[in-house]
Amino acid sequence: MTALALREWEVVCNAGDLVAGSGVCALVRGIQVAIFYLPQLENPVFALDNHDPIGGANVLSRGIVGDLGGELVIASPLYKQHFNLRTGACVERDDVAVPVYRARLEGDEVLIALPT
Amino acid sequence: MGSKKIVVVGNGMVGHHLVKSLVQTGANCAITVIGEEPRPAYDRVHLSEVFAGREPGELSLVSRETYQQWQVDAHFGDPVSGIDRAAKQVTTRGGHTFAYDKLVLATGSYPFVPAVRGADHKRCMTYRTIDDLGEIKSKAADSRVGTVVGGGLLGLECANALKNLGLQTHVVEFAPDLMGVQLDEGGSRMLRRKVEGLDVTVHTGKNTQRIGPGSGCALRMDFADESHLETDMVVFSAGIRPRDDLARACGLKVGERGGIVIDYRCKTSDTDIFAIGECALFGGRIYGLVAPGYRMAEAVVQQLAGEDGVFSGADMSTRLKLLGVDVGSIGDTHARTPGSIACVFSDERQESYQRLVTTADGKKLLGAVLVGNCEQYDTLLQYHLNGIDLPDEPSSLILPAAGETPTLGMAALPKTATICSCHNVTKGALLTAMDDGCCSFADVKSATAASTGCGGCAAMVKNLVDEELSRRGVVVDRSICEHFPHTRQELYHLASVGEVRSFDAMIAAHGKGMGCDICKPAIASIMASLWNEHVLAKPHVGLQDTNDTFLANMQKDGTYSVVPRIAGGEITPDKLIVLGEVAKKYNLYTKITGGQRIDLFGARVGQLPAIWAELVAAGFETGHAYGKALRTIKSCVGSSWCRYGVQDSVAMAIYLENRYKGLRAPHKLKSAVSGCTRECAEAQSKDFGVIATENGWNLYVCGNGGMKPRHADLFATDLDDETLVRYIDRFLMFYVRTGERLQRTSVWMENLEGGIDYLRAVVIDDKLGIAAQLEAQMAHLVGTYQCEWKAVLEDPAKIRRFRQFVNSDKQDSGVVFVREREQVRPARAEERLHLVESVE
Ligand code: SRM
Ligand SMILES: Cc1cc2nc3c(=O)[nH]c(=O)nc-3n(C[C@H](O)[C@H](O)[C@H](O)COP(=O)(O)OP(=O)(O)OC[C@H]3O[C@@H](n4cnc5c(N)ncnc54)[C@H](O)[C@@H]3O)c2cc1C
Ligand code: SF4
Ligand code: FES
Repeated sequence: MTALALREWEVVCNAGDLVAGSGVCALVRGIQVAIFYLPQLENPVFALDNHDPIGGANVLSRGIVGDLGGELVIASPLYKQHFNLRTGACVERDDVAVPVYRARLEGDEVLIALPT
Repeated sequence: MGSKKIVVVGNGMVGHHLVKSLVQTGANCAITVIGEEPRPAYDRVHLSEVFAGREPGELSLVSRETYQQWQVDAHFGDPVSGIDRAAKQVTTRGGHTFAYDKLVLATGSYPFVPAVRGADHKRCMTYRTIDDLGEIKSKAADSRVGTVVGGGLLGLECANALKNLGLQTHVVEFAPDLMGVQLDEGGSRMLRRKVEGLDVTVHTGKNTQRIGPGSGCALRMDFADESHLETDMVVFSAGIRPRDDLARACGLKVGERGGIVIDYRCKTSDTDIFAIGECALFGGRIYGLVAPGYRMAEAVVQQLAGEDGVFSGADMSTRLKLLGVDVGSIGDTHARTPGSIACVFSDERQESYQRLVTTADGKKLLGAVLVGNCEQYDTLLQYHLNGIDLPDEPSSLILPAAGETPTLGMAALPKTATICSCHNVTKGALLTAMDDGCCSFADVKSATAASTGCGGCAAMVKNLVDEELSRRGVVVDRSICEHFPHTRQELYHLASVGEVRSFDAMIAAHGKGMGCDICKPAIASIMASLWNEHVLAKPHVGLQDTNDTFLANMQKDGTYSVVPRIAGGEITPDKLIVLGEVAKKYNLYTKITGGQRIDLFGARVGQLPAIWAELVAAGFETGHAYGKALRTIKSCVGSSWCRYGVQDSVAMAIYLENRYKGLRAPHKLKSAVSGCTRECAEAQSKDFGVIATENGWNLYVCGNGGMKPRHADLFATDLDDETLVRYIDRFLMFYVRTGERLQRTSVWMENLEGGIDYLRAVVIDDKLGIAAQLEAQMAHLVGTYQCEWKAVLEDPAKIRRFRQFVNSDKQDSGVVFVREREQVRPARAEERLHLVESVE
């Protein structure tokens, strides 16, 4: 199990590339991945697809991170809908969601696991 | 299946309402809809908004897909050409036949074109459909003068459209008065006055006899009185005629002057055929409004569902804004009811006219005409519809308030009172929705459909919801968001008194949780107003909306626009050339903004630093188009060039813009300086506006353009330069301290207790004793100004933020441009598909 899961992880950038309390975007095998960094949390990195399904542009990494009703969310910079950082669900519309990718910080390395 | 076959002819507003209601009742029917127009039903009532910039697609009431989901068999673009009542089937022009058990005719009406020689010229048009609209638009493109024949409701609406298209507009009416059906003579006269004031030429009592080629214009209209008018196009809007040709051909009973005769069950002379909407004649009249049509449709739906549904006539009261003039007409406007008496208030100076028609005892309202001021429309309509007893002195309802004008509180209305006549929603239904848990205007709106039609009832519905909420003891929470139990003003105060310098410290001390996209930018703005640190300095990163983070405005495709400051709108040829060269080099779309500067669109995030490096090198600074900050100070040419200028408005605008540039505020700030009272810089629509006088400057405050325009208030007169600047300093800082999040100065003023007098007391008389503080704070902000872009370019750590991808130099493949009028623009979804396909 673990061996299989591990094989998918890949290093995409360094901790220094992240911005505390905000997001950046990485290109991982052709997929735009928005990576958010909340250093105060035990698992401080989150990865979502960068595409805003409502605004229709690749911009989620450039939104504002926050919490709503106890859930971590990213607000799209285009029309301000919120997407759950852990599940990708859209708070305002239950018919849309963005893909979530597994992400973790190991030492200085940021690792992402895309679905195979 | 045994389900009843229902065929609906016509897919206009009423035909569609029938189908929708029928589907919603769940009745066991197989529904077929046949529409002549090439598209499914759309909102004809708001057709004119397309001239004001709305997309025709937005008017759509339903899509083909929705009909499919509803299992409605819909056919468009192929009209029904015959009805065979014996065989119970209809045939279309394309040769298709459809059998029915029950047939509903909802064929609407067509615009009446009087018998005028030459009316078939290709520059003569009518106005009813989306296709007509396209036609009018394309003809208007090469016209200078446009004429509407018909001074009724639709005619004036059409005149408005022509004006919007930039034409010199005429209205030609056969009758002696405008809107003679809805208004009495006095109301009509006032309307005419107002319409003429808007540069629309009105010709009444004109009988058009012939339209032929013109000499100065494309056409010449000749009237019976031997006068004539030159025009480039003509739109006929001289009334409607019911489309009863199908009914006529198959022997159904029609009225003498047209219209398919129906009874109170909306049945025609054939029990299996109904007629509804504008094609139907009920009680000798055609109802040319959409709400009565909806009521007819509902009556038919009830019967098809096996219940008893009746139509018993409908109220024809209307309220509209024609050419920006408020007009309201209720009930018996002409005082035709025997024994009725009228009371009129007419003020030519204010251009407002009001007339009440009451019963002889003055107890009940029979009708009303309102022109120029419709504030009392809702109240009067309720008196009329619900037969509520009028106050002892009915005239108090229309006389300008010496004291209080009695408005009819929602509490006074019976539960049966109809609040939304488009969707027939009563006060009772709204209250029930609130009982069931709706606790905002938006909730109530989506639960009941109230105010989703013409929107005329929105204010009433909102009032009712507010009154009810406060009656039910619901306290309206003014907290900025869930993280801070404070208003912006309170937060500003807390941050200032406690000298809090970061968001983290703020939330630790006064809030909870992590913050969100509401409180983070708001507090960032407060920090900027107080301490003026760079917006991208470490503690403030991540707080800003994307526009502030990247110091540029995000566009729909994720690219950004670049707006350098062009203070006062003055720019040297050399700088213009630089803008052109930069735009060319980075392939940016270039446009002159409404704020007297130049916007360069389509920059990718990674290109921003390079673009700005070139601009900064050429002496440009950031224009703060992205910030809740001072935007532009427009100027007119003023005394240096203009023969009327009395002061140097350009110099003053540039001075003020440089003084306040970068100032962060609750919302954006705009200003203008005009060189004389002709006011070419439009200073009276600005947050603060300055107009030159012989002796100095007049200062105006709290104006607004935009969504809800507000004329600025004259604040102080004949100020010298120094006093002017001192007052503006104080005014701005006081707003920055006390405004709510995203509250422009106009709304701030509307909510300021004591209004303009209080503001004068604070700013001019220093009533609160804070003037020195306000000035000192402004001096601090002016003194610590830095061009945010210049600062970014000097700091490699900040430049790193502007990377498309942290691990690659590739570009965002989602950004796709096409060329239009020699420049780029983002590809639309359909073009994008095509482009991607052709690339792959
Ligand atoms: C570029 C420009 C249109 C143009 O091409 O002319 C423009 C573009 C935008 N305006 Fe505007 N407005 C522009 C002049 C205006 C004007 C006219 C003026 O300033 O003389 C007005 C009415 C005047 C006023 O504000 O009182 C105007 C009233 C608005 C409003 C409504 C504000 C209100 O209080 O009613 C918004 C929405 C808002 O701010 O919440 C808005 C918002 C916007 C936004 C920010 C919408 C958005 O979020 O994308 C647009 C971003 C532009 C960009 O990316 O650069 N824009 N906008 C104009 C830029 C002027 C400039 O040089 O800075
Ligand atoms: C510019 C404009 C502004 C208006 N403003 C207002 C307003 O502010 N308030 C208000 O209450 N009303 C307003 N109206 C009137 C309102 O639009 C009508 O009352 C309403 O559309 C009537 O609906 P209907 O379905 O009866 O007719 P329509 O909406 O005209 O629909 C009839 C449809 O049937 C089709 N049809 C006709 N014959 C056939 C056939 N043989 N086979 C198949 N299809 C056929 C027609 O092509 C048409 O699509 C306005 C109208 C216009 C044109
Ligand atoms: S926000 Fe301003 S610029 Fe954008 S579409 Fe509306 S009016 Fe035009
Ligand atoms: S009255 Fe038209 S939407 Fe309510």
